[in-house]
Amino acid sequence: MSTPTIIGTETEFGISVKNAREQDPIAASTLVVNAYRSRNIPTISWDYAQESPLMDARGFIDESQKPIVEEDTYSVINDILINGGRYYVDHAHPEYCTPECSNARDLVKYEKAGELILDLSRLAAEQLLLDNQEIIIYKNNTDYKGHSYGSHENYLMSRKIDFSDIVDGLTPFIVTRQIITGSGKVGAENGAGETDFQISQRADFFEKEVGLSTMVERPIINTRDEPHADSTRYRRLHVIVGDSNMSEFTIYLKVGITAIVLQLIEKQVVRNQFALNEPVTAIKSISRDLMCNQKIELKDGRNLTAIEIQRAYLNLAQKHLSDDERTPIVDDVMQKWDFVLNRLQNDPMSLGRHLDWIIKKKLIDAYIARHGFKWTDPQVRMLDLQYHDLRPDKGLYLRLQKNGHVERILTHEEVVHAIQHPPSDTRAYFRGTCLRRFPSHIHSVSWNSIIFNGPSGLEKIMMERPHFGTQEIVGEMLNNCTVDELVNQIRDDCK
Amino acid sequence: MPSEKQQEYKDNAIKENEAIKENEEIYPNPELNENVDELTEDLDALLDEIDEILEENSEEFVENYIQRGGQ
Repeated sequence: MSTPTIIGTETEFGISVKNAREQDPIAASTLVVNAYRSRNIPTISWDYAQESPLMDARGFIDESQKPIVEEDTYSVINDILINGGRYYVDHAHPEYCTPECSNARDLVKYEKAGELILDLSRLAAEQLLLDNQEIIIYKNNTDYKGHSYGSHENYLMSRKIDFSDIVDGLTPFIVTRQIITGSGKVGAENGAGETDFQISQRADFFEKEVGLSTMVERPIINTRDEPHADSTRYRRLHVIVGDSNMSEFTIYLKVGITAIVLQLIEKQVVRNQFALNEPVTAIKSISRDLMCNQKIELKDGRNLTAIEIQRAYLNLAQKHLSDDERTPIVDDVMQKWDFVLNRLQNDPMSLGRHLDWIIKKKLIDAYIARHGFKWTDPQVRMLDLQYHDLRPDKGLYLRLQKNGHVERILTHEEVVHAIQHPPSDTRAYFRGTCLRRFPSHIHSVSWNSIIFNGPSGLEKIMMERPHFGTQEIVGEMLNNCTVDELVNQIRDDCK
Repeated sequence: MPSEKQQEYKDNAIKENEAIKENEEIYPNPELNENVDELTEDLDALLDEIDEILEENSEEFVENYIQRGGQ
């Protein structure tokens, strides 16, 4: 039986305070996250006992990477959301994690709900600032000065698959998928080759093929092994190479096609047949190939374009996914994958309603044509940055969306609804519903546990299978039980 | 009389509806634009809009936008 599809994303946002005497991104992030916190439920802590970020998928614990933790770090600002997600300050950025989703469409919905949560936080936080100060939050990945912040995807996989098989099967896909998933960037960084405009925000920052770090010498395949679930059955693949996307269509395809390729790796129909000679070089050169027609050298001597490699993965999906696996959403993802590959082949610029990097490129081209700017002019970089601005009246992507210039996957109502409601078909349903129903009885939460503050002391309920805890399984119990009855019933069921 | 449990459930539902209403006030439904033409077709209007909303003093703004590296 194949592993159930479970997807979640984590987004770090850029933050700036206009007219501040000095920029302090940690203080600004804390202000913003706290402002939302005060609108929400009572303080519930995050249960760090369940976390082990230094565990390596290749089988060892990397002691050398252990951060020196100052006492202050423990007072990390954390908010567990009633949609099942998490919202906190990570390093010097506000970070939003979606709840666990069972399909690409839900993932888009919860990621977009996160953008609204950030913007609501901004509005609340601005009440506390001087009149002439404004907070600006960007959903992008770089300050154009060599500092990058991430957008990570997480996919549940079977523990039975060797990690080396994941590296072999996934690397060529990840290196080439940016022609679909890139957010576009003006200029180059981190010592990578100069260019006016490139497809990906993040490509310049990847220096290794495989590794544990997410902050320095970033690897194309990250080995963090922290499943947040039954570690004898599952691993959580942590994909750190993607861009933050504004376009719903782009997010949908990004997570949709990646989940499909991971299924193909589990089925062992994707092995090492697409292994690239130099993936670290290729990720940067593909990012600079706006016509998407440059040939990449494979280890077996073939030379293929990024489109051809993507097409080969799609063909395998069409051939090998079973009827059960071809849900309506998976079928829709494959149709759209096929559609964009055809358009990229014939005329990439014809995707100016669909893919972030092309929407942005067309906008900048027109702007340059009108004003006679050069690519290196600050106005052009400003336009790039402001594409990712989350203020509905100032953000360029959000203005395009409002005026109907971009393809949508969702309705506005669905996104607003997802601020307050968890997905119904993953364990996020149990987490979010408990937070809503029993806020004062919950001591702490992690991705795979809830500690209830019961009459006989603390009671920890583990949620080791992310596709359990659904409305179908626990909905009736949650609606009809008191918190004590709930804990007792789960205890009895586990006996 | 509703039981304590029913009452709690009802109270929660009311609170939740209020929160949603509040969100909707801040984010009213975008007016549906029937005219979903390709971007290029009303580019001029769009560029006018960008000229209007692009942050002033781009040079200073972009220069001062400095983040700490994250993950």
